[in-house]
Parts: sequence; C-alpha cells; structure tokens
Amino acid sequence: MRLVRGPAHAIAGPNPWSPEALVQCTGRSMTPRRRALVRNAALTLVLVLLATGCNALADPRAPQSTVFPKSDWAALIYDLYNKVFIMAVLVFVGVEGALLLFIIRYRRTDENRLPSQTHGNTRLEILWTILPALVLFVIAIPSIQVIFASEEVPPNVSAMYVRVIGHQWWWEFQYPELGISTANELHVPAGQTVRFDLQSADVIHSFWFPFMGGKVDVVPMRVNHMWYTPDASAASASPYLSQCVEFCGTEHAMMRNRLFVDTPEQFNAWAALQRQDAQVPQGDDVQRGAGLLLGGQCRNCHTIKGTTAIGVIGPNLTHVGSRSTIVSGTLDTNVDNLAKWIHDPQSVKPGAKMPTLGFSEADARSMAVYLMTLK
Amino acid sequence: MRSVAAAPPITPAAPPAHTEEHRTSTGLNNRKVLMWTFLGSDCMFFGALIASYIVYRGKWQQTPTPNELFDIPYTSVSAFALLMSSLAMVLALAAIQRGDLKRLKIWLLTTAGLGLIFIGGQIYEFTGFGAEGMNLSTGTGGTTFFVLTGFHGTHVSLGIIWLLSLYTLARRGALHQGRSLDVEIAGLYWHFVDIVWIIIFTVVYLLPV
Amino acid sequence: MATIAVPSPIAERRVLRPIAPTGVWSWITTIDHKRIGVLYGTTAFIFFLIGGLEALLMRTQLIRPNNTLLGPDQFNGLFTMHGTTMIFLVVMPLSAAFFNYVVPLQIGARDVAFPRLNAFSYWTFLSGAILLNLGFVAQTVPDNGWFSYANITERAFSPSAGQDFWVVGLQVLGVASLAAALNFLVTIVQLRAPGMSLMRMPLFTWTTFITSILIVLAFPVIAIALFELMFDRLFGTNFFNTIGGGDPILWQHLFWTFGHPEVYILILPAMGIVSEILPVFSRKPLFGYPFMVYAVAGIAFLSFTVWAHHMFTTGLGAIATSFFAASTMLIAVPTGVKIFNWISTIHGGSLKLTTPALMSIGFVSMFTIGGLSGVMHASPPIDTQHQDTYFVVAHFHYVLFGGAIFGLFGGIYYWWPKITGRLLDDGIGKLQFWLMMIGFNLTFGPMHFLGIDGMPRRIYTYPANMGWDMWNLVASIGAYTLGLAILVMIFNIAKTFINGERAGADPWDGMTLEWTIPSPPPAYNFAVIPEVHSRDPFWLQKHPELASHELTESTGEITIGAQHVGDLGIPAVHAGQDGGHEAHGDVHVHMPDPSYWPPIAGLGFFIAGLGVLIASATTYAALGLTGIGLLTVLVAIYGWSLEPVNG
Repeated sequence: MRLVRGPAHAIAGPNPWSPEALVQCTGRSMTPRRRALVRNAALTLVLVLLATGCNALADPRAPQSTVFPKSDWAALIYDLYNKVFIMAVLVFVGVEGALLLFIIRYRRTDENRLPSQTHGNTRLEILWTILPALVLFVIAIPSIQVIFASEEVPPNVSAMYVRVIGHQWWWEFQYPELGISTANELHVPAGQTVRFDLQSADVIHSFWFPFMGGKVDVVPMRVNHMWYTPDASAASASPYLSQCVEFCGTEHAMMRNRLFVDTPEQFNAWAALQRQDAQVPQGDDVQRGAGLLLGGQCRNCHTIKGTTAIGVIGPNLTHVGSRSTIVSGTLDTNVDNLAKWIHDPQSVKPGAKMPTLGFSEADARSMAVYLMTLK
Repeated sequence: MRSVAAAPPITPAAPPAHTEEHRTSTGLNNRKVLMWTFLGSDCMFFGALIASYIVYRGKWQQTPTPNELFDIPYTSVSAFALLMSSLAMVLALAAIQRGDLKRLKIWLLTTAGLGLIFIGGQIYEFTGFGAEGMNLSTGTGGTTFFVLTGFHGTHVSLGIIWLLSLYTLARRGALHQGRSLDVEIAGLYWHFVDIVWIIIFTVVYLLPV
Repeated sequence: MATIAVPSPIAERRVLRPIAPTGVWSWITTIDHKRIGVLYGTTAFIFFLIGGLEALLMRTQLIRPNNTLLGPDQFNGLFTMHGTTMIFLVVMPLSAAFFNYVVPLQIGARDVAFPRLNAFSYWTFLSGAILLNLGFVAQTVPDNGWFSYANITERAFSPSAGQDFWVVGLQVLGVASLAAALNFLVTIVQLRAPGMSLMRMPLFTWTTFITSILIVLAFPVIAIALFELMFDRLFGTNFFNTIGGGDPILWQHLFWTFGHPEVYILILPAMGIVSEILPVFSRKPLFGYPFMVYAVAGIAFLSFTVWAHHMFTTGLGAIATSFFAASTMLIAVPTGVKIFNWISTIHGGSLKLTTPALMSIGFVSMFTIGGLSGVMHASPPIDTQHQDTYFVVAHFHYVLFGGAIFGLFGGIYYWWPKITGRLLDDGIGKLQFWLMMIGFNLTFGPMHFLGIDGMPRRIYTYPANMGWDMWNLVASIGAYTLGLAILVMIFNIAKTFINGERAGADPWDGMTLEWTIPSPPPAYNFAVIPEVHSRDPFWLQKHPELASHELTESTGEITIGAQHVGDLGIPAVHAGQDGGHEAHGDVHVHMPDPSYWPPIAGLGFFIAGLGVLIASATTYAALGLTGIGLLTVLVAIYGWSLEPVNG
C-alpha cells in the first residue's frame, strides 16, 4: 500500500463494470497469494452474494458513492476498506456457516436423548480469544498508518488553500490566495493538492466529498483541516456531488454542494472570471431587476462585488450565473428556478433562512434575469 | 460440579434484632451497600462536572476570571469548618454506638452546624463574586465555577437536612444504640461530600492556572 | 396473585397503607417485583408500538425521492423521538422488565432488596416517558436527534420548547434508571440464595449485574450533560454556548462517555437472555461459562475507553484517533468470544427450534453482522467514509434490532409461560420470527448499500438519480413486513390470553431456579429459599447422574427416561406442579405491604419536570412548580422510610 501521499500520483478511476473492478470490489487484490487464499476460503455462495452485493455497491449512477476513489486519500481509504471487508466476509462465512451447520446437524430428533454435557474447552476458548485479537491487530496497523499519512500535508508539497465555512444551510468557499469567494460549488484543479480549513458560522456541519475521501466535521469555535489531491484523471467525471453529513437543523437535507475537478487550464479560466467584479447590468429588464435587487433588502445579506450589495450572511452572488445550481445545490440555475426562489423561498426550501420579501412574480423574474447575467 | 444433595429445606432464619435485617449473601446490611454503590455513582456526577470545569480552565474569555476573584484564606477557613464537621460526625457515630444519646445529639448538631457555616460561607462568597462581576452566565468561568460548587453545596445542604432529621429522631427518642446504622450511613454520605470538597478546593482554588 | 401478609402493625403508626389485593389500585401501589416487571414490560411494549409507528412514517416518507408526505421539521422530530423512544422507553425498560421479573427468581430471592425503591423506579420512568412524549401534545417535538449534539440545542438555534421536552424527559428517566440499577446491584450482591456464589449465577443475572454497574457509572455523566444543557437553555450559562466561549465538542465527549456504555446497557441483557435460552433448548450447559462472564466484564470495562470512536470525524488528532481505534478493536475480542461460545453451546447439543431458540439464533446471526460492520468503522479512515451515512444506520440496527430486540423477544417467548402460566403459541411465534427475520433484513440490509452509495442519515428527502431509489423502496417494504410481524405477535398474545395452552412450572425443561416454582409464581416466590450447590441447579437436580461428571468435555451420551421432569423437584417447592400458585396452607412469609409513596414520588418528578418545561417556555416563576414537585419527592421518600419496613 502506498502510504506517502503526494500530488504527482494519478490513480486511474476503475471502470465500475469491468471484471477487474468487480473482483476488486470483493476485496481481492491482484497478488496471486491472496487470490489463492480467497479462493480457498470463500464459498461459491458468498461469491454470488458478493457479486450481487457489489453490483449494487458499485453503482456508477450513485454520484456520492464511497467506492470509486478519485484522490490519493480516497484511494488509501478504499484499499483499507477492501482489506477489512474481505476479512469481515471471511469471518462472516465462518461464523454464520458454523452456526447454520450446527443448527442443521444438532437438531433435536430424539426427545429422550441427553447430549454430552460439555462445559467448555479452555484451550479452544483461549485460541478464539487470541485469533480475533491477531486479526484485529492486522487491521489496526494499516488503519493507524493511514491516519498518520492523512493527518498533515507533507512539507514538500505545495497545497492550494481553501477555506470552507458551513452555514445553515449552505456552503461558503473562500480562496484567500486567489481572492475568490463563492458558494456551494467548489472548483479545484486536477492533480493539485488542496488543503481545506473548515469553519462554521453557526452549528456543527460536516464536509465530505466521498469520491475524494472521508468527511471532517465543521465545528464552531474550531478550525479543522483536511487535504487531498484529486487524481489527474478526475476531471473527466466531474462534478462530484455531496451534502452536509452532520445533522444541522431543519434543512440539513438540502445543504448540498458540488465539486468541480477542472483541468489546470479550466481552473485558471474559472479563477480569473471569479476574481472579476460583477457584470454591469445591460438592457431594460436586466437593469430593472438589478434595481430591485440592489435597492431592496437583498444587499443586506448578499455580496455582489462592484455594487452596493455587501452583505455576508447569504451566498456571494457576484458570479451566481456561472454556477450550475442554486439553493445549495438543490435546483438548476435558470430564470424559472431563480424567480421561484426569490418569490417564495419557503415553498422551495421550507425553513430556509432566506425570508420571503414579498416580491411579485414579475419582479422576481426580472431579478432572476439580472442574476442570470452574473456569469 | 457437585451433586445437588437433597438439601434440608432452610427455614427462614429466626427474626434478628431489627426487623429490616435479612440474611444477606455478604453479611453486610443492604442499605449500607446501597449507600456505597450510590457514592460510587455520585463520584461520576462530580467527575463529569469537574471535567467540565477543567476543560475550560484557563481558557476563560472573561474578566474577572474566577482565579482573580478567589480569596484563598477565606475559603480555606470554610473548608476547614467542613473538614472539622467530619470529625464531629465520627464522634456522633461513636456516641450512638456506645449508647451515649446525649453526646450523639451534641455531635449531630455540631456536624450540621459546621456544615451550615460552610454553606453560609459559600453564599457569602457567591454574593461577593456576583458583585464583582462574575455570575452564572459570565463566560465559561462563571458557568462552570458556580454550577460545580453549587452542585456540591446542594449536596452539603441535603446532608444538613438529613443530619437535622436524625437529630429530631434522636430527640424524640426514636434513635437508639440498635439503630446506629442510620447514623453510620448518613456519616458515609457526609464524609464523601467532605472528600469531594477537598478535590474541588484543590482543583478549582489552589492549582495555579 | 395473593399477597401473603400478616396484618401489619400499621395502625399504631397511623400511616395509611393500601390493602387492595386486586384491581387498578393494587397495581399502582404494588411493590412486588413481578408485578413491577409486568408494568415495565407492558409500558415498554406500548412504546415499542409508538416508536415503530414513528419508524414506519419515516420509511413511508423515504419510499421515493422528493416525497412530500412529511415536512423537514416533522421528519426531524420523528427520527429524534424514534431513537430516543427505542433506546430509553423500549429496550431499557424491556430489559428492566426481565431484571425485575426474572433476577430475583434466578437467585432464589423473595423480592429485590428495596421493593419500594423498585416501584419508585417504575413510576419515575413512566413520568419521564410521558414528559418526553408531551412534546407531541404541545406540538413542539424534540427534533435534534437522540444524540442532540450541541450547539444546535442551544436556545439561539432551537428556540422552541421541543428540546426542553427531551432534556427534562431524559433527566427524569435517568433518575429512574439509576434507582433501578442501584437496587439490582444490591439485590444481586446481597440476596443470593445460600450457596449461589457469583460464579454459580445464571448468565442473565450476570448481565443484569454488569448492566447495572454500567448504568450506575454511565448515567451520571449524561445526567450532568443534560443538567448543563438545561442550565444553558434556562439560565443562559455557557457550557455549550459558543457565543459565551463554550465548546460544543464537550457535549460530545460527555454524551459518548455515557453513550457507548449505553450501547452495552442495551445489548448485554439480550446477551444474557440468549445465554439462558440456547443451553436450555440445546439441553446442555452454556459453553465456557467462565469465559462468558469474563467477556461480559471485559466488554463493560472496555466500553468506557472507546467513546471517542463516535467522534473520529471531529478532528481529535492522529494520536487520540489511533488510541480509540485500538481500544474499539479490542472490544471486539470479548464480543467474539461470546459469539463463538454460543455457537459451541449448540454444537453437540440436541437443539429444539422453538420460538425462543429461533429468536436467539436470530440474535447470534444478526448481531454477528452488526459486529462485523462495527469492526469496519472501528478503523477511523473507513469510518470517515461511513460516519453519518446509512451504513451506520444499518450497523446499529443490526446490533440493536437484530441483537437486542431479537434477544428480548426471545425472552418474552421464553419467560411468558412463567409470568402468565400460559404458553405463547409456538407456530404463530415461528411465523412471527420468519416475518421479522425477512422484514428486518429487507429493511436494514439495503441500508449498507445506501451508505456505501453515500446517503447521509437524518435527511428528510433526497433527489432522484442518486442511485438510492431502489434500496429505499426495498427498505420501506421491509419495514412494513416488520410491522406485520409485530401484528402477528399482538395476535399471538391476544390468542394466548383467550385460550393459551397452560404451562406447567417447567415447560422448557429449564436449568435455573425460576423453573422450580409454579407458573405464575406466588407472591413470595419461594416457599422455602432453595440451597444451591452448582451452576444450573435445577438441571442437575433433574439429572443427578450428571452431577458426578466433572466439568470437562465429552461425558458421553446419556439417555434418560421420559419422566425426567419434575420427579426430582426440590422437596419443599413442588416443582412441576401445575397451577400451584395457591399459597400453601402452612406458608406464612412476611412480604412487605403495598405503598402509596412510590407513585407519589414518581408524580413529584413529573410535576418538577413540568415546572422546568413551563419555566423554559414562559417565566421563571414556574420553577416554583419544580420546587413543589421536588418537595413531593422528598416527602414521599420520608414517608416510605418511616413506613414499617417488613409488614
């Protein structure tokens, strides 16, 4: 197992339907020794079970799947998961098999028979105290290695720095080195190590992109960290979905986010755009929308760089039109959805912190048209 | 495995001196075992509160901090009163065990009185801290200090009520040599509360931040 | 059940004592451990139905993506109440029902050490349970999860009274659990029949003992955490309030210092039940009794060292994470020993697949799965992927439903004839078992896949195209199947009351002392306290030929005659005699009289809790009500300590 994590390695994502992937999914890695071991140990029944089970696990349509690693960290976890999984399967087969066998073999047939009154077997019991302890030791060692390998960014690696701030119920992403602040959609360059500082504006949230690795809680009064390097090939399957995974109140379920792993060129283009001030409204309808938006209460909570809107309670809207989704990853970005959201937020996301400000549908539509121009 | 001999049925033991005394497996009295077990449990109550105090200790974002307000000589005196009450408690138990009901009453009252001195001192101290700007909702220092010491003070107060009701029983003549266990159990509780105060006093007042 | 009591010297005290032997008042004032056990069991079963309905509502909401049957707050309230109910109002009291009913019988005692305290525990439990569920009446249901992580529970984020119902209800429940646990500890330490040394105690008594120790040491920690949270919400203290400098992680440490031992508080009683059932239906003693005892003790000890494995994602640092990973894996060792020993108990036996035996086998097989998935996320890196997903939901339901509920239901089928004198129908029982087994695996098996596919817990809805639709549908169908299984159980219970087969004293060819006395047992349990000379005393008494064999393996096959049951009954007790619960003419056992004080004390806690709730919602003046409630408790305790003790 590769325990040194760095930016250079790119792990090709397995094709989930390939025979290799299915075999890998059963926890059988490629060494002949282990393959033999598994073949000897596992019953046909189990392989069938696993094959069906893993087909389901390895559902490529599941965009939050934990078993298609696309980063160095996720790959380490996945390796470990496979090791533990195969051991669990072996123990499962052994224990349940013995249980089933004994139930069948020792069923009562003779009501008068008193079986041998075995009270125990000390040697056997010591054996099955020590044996599991050894198995667990074998799991513990690589686990602890991975813990330490994923603790801090190695000193020789230069990492991009992103500050993640959890809010009820949306995500804020700041790139202090690049002067960018955006919401709910995170962009990182493929092959670039990224280090996240995790902070909360209110309650505990949890930040997680399963394809990139594990989750780390976002705790008020603390700054937690995580880091990983998206695979160079990860850009092809972008975006990756996720959502808050620590219960954080009413709309915990609708605190979703997306990760775009860009090629370095795409990322640079995106960053350059995000640094700019907002588009100046042009055209009557757009200007009308901008007037409504900037003249009303919206600016108390939202920032639109280059305008009078400088609020920091809600998401930064400077480039909202360039994002693929709105309302924390729950709706596609388009005029209809934006208008619906502005007109009556509570019908879209009950309990959301965005108040109903009483804009008519027509007004909301104008504002939506303006927001769509903020590419 | 030894065989089950057709054991002679055990007739219930002859009623002992006191009606509540059953035969027990350990030979100890049930209520005494209950009190010991409860005190084990109570350790965890105090443990959780002391832990809460230690977690925030020195990380207070408030002025004044608890340590700036403490008057160690003053609190030492009231702590001394509480420690002396344990001595009085021992003497009370000794008195009832030898049947000296007069001294029992004196020592019970002394114990409760010393406890009252401690509680009075605590109330005075709390009032002073409040006047100087630290109360229950002042930062984490005020919160953890008052709840921890207040929880202990509640224990002492309940102990005083218990001692005074024993005193009332003794005055009515309901407490006699045969019921020394009643005093012994109250004593277990009282000593425990004292020992806990030694720990709290050390952790909260004496250890430098 | 007739209470055998000589007229007590009450009159001279002028303290009113209830005397009704039957009817509602006799149940309210009872201090008979068996009746209290029945009260616990009945209450727990009612709450099981409520908690189950909550679960069915949730599964209906999640049956398809973007469902709008329930709103977010409703759903959040349901999962909070479902978890809290199942843990505190179902599994714990159902275990307590068996502690109450069975333990004194197994150790050869006439009652628990403190019968009034025992009644007090029940009534306080009921008060807490009602306080917790009052949120439904007030229409502000607690909705921050059974774990109620700070700081979302602070008034700033949860202004409604919902959270207060949770805080107050749980505090009162904690008092009840502590009182009960202290009582059982003293009972088991003090009231064992002559000759019943610790290592001769039945394993269920052992798990009761260890569970009680866990409660005694773990519940104070949650009590303090709740107390601190109550102060935060009521008086503006800063224990978990980030604005005042509080650290929400402190709550997690306190909560899980309680919470992990709590997991074993929930599972150990079921383990004990299974350890009673499997030997009886295999007709051979429990395999490796000493190891089983050591394993239970080891699990209990280790359970206090593993709490932070619930917090692997909170940023503990590599060293602490590694330590808690290691201790967590260590706890799997004694757990494994138990599973191997249960299987070895079946090995070489003569296994009769009655409903209790099936339930126990269900326990062993399903608990194994839960244990294995537990080992998977004992590894912190893996846990960072599984934490707070449906994989964890699957894991702990395999442990707590596949484990605890199967075990406890096994206990119901096993001891029902002892309690009621009638056997639950075995055929219907088997139907229930298979429905449960299928429904359970349909419900919770797919949740492993949902977790691996990244579905988080506690979300009230999910979009389509996440790859979650099918498994959610399957899980919901499984949940309805489970509901059906419970209906079958209710039918079986009803049928048994109408025309259940009468059970003798010893319907299963049991091994322990409770089977030596009539079903249902008389109020005084044992006319004569038995003397114990071995483990499984009744078994050896029925098979004296076994007694000469040593503890070792392979004693050879012994065929015995058909008339082995009952013909060697303990002389004075007339074991095997049906319907013998009429008092023997010559038995005059002094049993304590019923008392009004325990329910009054329970009511006092209810009033006190109500005071806090009202104070939290309106004005501090309502704390006066709390004062009145606590005073009531004090008066009641005074009252019962002045009551003549044994008469």
